[in-house]
Amino acid sequence: MVISRGLKEKVMQHFFFVIAFASIAILSAITIFLFTEGLPVFNLVSVKDFLFGIYWYPTSEPPDFGIFPLIVASVSVTLLSASISIPLGVMTAIYLAEVAKPQVRELVKPIVELLAALPSVVIGFFGMVVVAPFLQNTFNIATGLNLFNASLMLAFMSIPTICSISEDAVYSVPNALREASLALGATHLETIYRVVIPAAVSGICTAVILGMSRAIGETMVVLMVAGGAAMVPSSIFDPVRPMPGSIAAEMAEAPFRGDHYYALFATGMVLFVFTFAFNLIADYMSHKYRQVGDATL
Amino acid sequence: MNSTGVDTMDGYLSADSKKKETFMNNSGPGSSRSRLVRRKLFQRILFMLFRLAAGLNGVVLLIVVYYLVSNGWRAINWTFLTQPPMDSMTRGGILPCIMGTLFLGIGALIVAFPIGVMSAIYLNEYARPGKVLRIIRLGISNLAGVPSVVFGLFGLAFFVIYLNMGVSLLAGALTLGAMSLPVIIGSSEEALKAVPETYREASLGLGATKWQTIWRVVLPSALPGILTGGILALSRAAGETAPIMFTAAVFFTPRLPKSIFDEVMALPYHIYVLATAGTEIDATRHLQYGTALVLIVLVLGLNLLAIIWRSRLRKKMK
Repeated sequence: MVISRGLKEKVMQHFFFVIAFASIAILSAITIFLFTEGLPVFNLVSVKDFLFGIYWYPTSEPPDFGIFPLIVASVSVTLLSASISIPLGVMTAIYLAEVAKPQVRELVKPIVELLAALPSVVIGFFGMVVVAPFLQNTFNIATGLNLFNASLMLAFMSIPTICSISEDAVYSVPNALREASLALGATHLETIYRVVIPAAVSGICTAVILGMSRAIGETMVVLMVAGGAAMVPSSIFDPVRPMPGSIAAEMAEAPFRGDHYYALFATGMVLFVFTFAFNLIADYMSHKYRQVGDATL
Repeated sequence: MNSTGVDTMDGYLSADSKKKETFMNNSGPGSSRSRLVRRKLFQRILFMLFRLAAGLNGVVLLIVVYYLVSNGWRAINWTFLTQPPMDSMTRGGILPCIMGTLFLGIGALIVAFPIGVMSAIYLNEYARPGKVLRIIRLGISNLAGVPSVVFGLFGLAFFVIYLNMGVSLLAGALTLGAMSLPVIIGSSEEALKAVPETYREASLGLGATKWQTIWRVVLPSALPGILTGGILALSRAAGETAPIMFTAAVFFTPRLPKSIFDEVMALPYHIYVLATAGTEIDATRHLQYGTALVLIVLVLGLNLLAIIWRSRLRKKMK
């Protein structure tokens, strides 16, 4: 033994402490590089014109860098997909945590996990070659690649996120609460929506926000399925161009450190701010309104 | 059984006392029974809806897998799996894509696995509750929420340009590794948490130091769980497209990568390119289905492996 046990202990502890900061270091590096590559675009357009300009013609002469249609597209795709994924995800979670028999639970949980594991490009491909022609024929519309199709695909990508986090929340509600409610004569369903859901509401909200955050940042699906038209949509069957799709589609052609390149990084910055805000809200909710034992109700 | 129980619960929870009063006044012994029937019926209907919602997930998974298998299996043969693409990608196979995806996935794992496991050890074994821990956790959850295309931009700006790696296997693996870090931290932490506290106490009680306890007692019993998390991270990295679009993947390169500074083809990117940018989109449809099928067999296979392994572990624990 060259080094003493005590010294070795200290060294190990500090080593692990430093390593644990890797995630924060990466997050900081992401922020720094997005901003250094994105901010130069504001030498060309003002922040207001960039965020609220309604023309995105990055390759015309002179170019127009207004990402308002892209923001609207991202937000509308996310909201529409949330309106599908929230009810389905939460209902699945309640079914798994409260209603299903253990054997059924053992079967359905892996299915939800496998759904989450489907690569986004495969879902995008499925939306392109199966869902789009179906929508086009059924609703007799110009193109099946549109806001609605993208939202539908995104919904099934965010359901697993919403479902698994809500399920944890529902599952961790103390049994004493359920027993009290049932003993007072409430039915199982009444116990669920008057006792269990109120007790788990912070976890469910966190789940919903993280699910929406996943939907707004998802790239391949909106790149392949949303249609790609950079305009403010007027119907759910209009093609749109959400931010991630725009970045992914144009980055390859944007000249290195040209205006278009900077504009795409700035778009990434806006997207990052959106998801960062979503995550901060989710974190705040899960800490602020956390259910600690039975006492806090 | 009568309805007042529910009302008490209701008032207790949401202070909905007005409803409670009317409820109580109306409920005679006769009406409460018919109300109970109605309440039970309502419960049945809603439980049926819950069941349908849960079943829908399975239906969607089945439909996707069905379409890929029924349209893709014809494309799959020995040539498809062992040859590079030919005739500007309208014929031939996808070997460079399969190898590229494997290299990228394993590379990402090599980058993220040690850092992830060590972070989890710090969080679960050393860290004390407080501000520092809160900040680290916030960093991890925010990293998990960064959109995949933003990871792509970061990889382009940092690894490809700033560190001058060029579009390469290395840059792609590092980008994917950064993205998989939260996944590995999460699953490793869960595995460490599942190790009973008595193991640690016994080891410390015998005079072992903290590090000896972690290395000889905690890690060996958490190892299967940690490896399961590694498999899940590998499958996720293998299926990602946006982070490698600007950092590692190219439309076409006939040869397999010889060094970590070579650019590669990858299954997810190949599907995207064939389905959207090729000159013969319809003529290569069967190749697109075939490539997608290979990708989901790889990804879902790894996931199934992890799920089965994990459920065995849980049974053993019990």
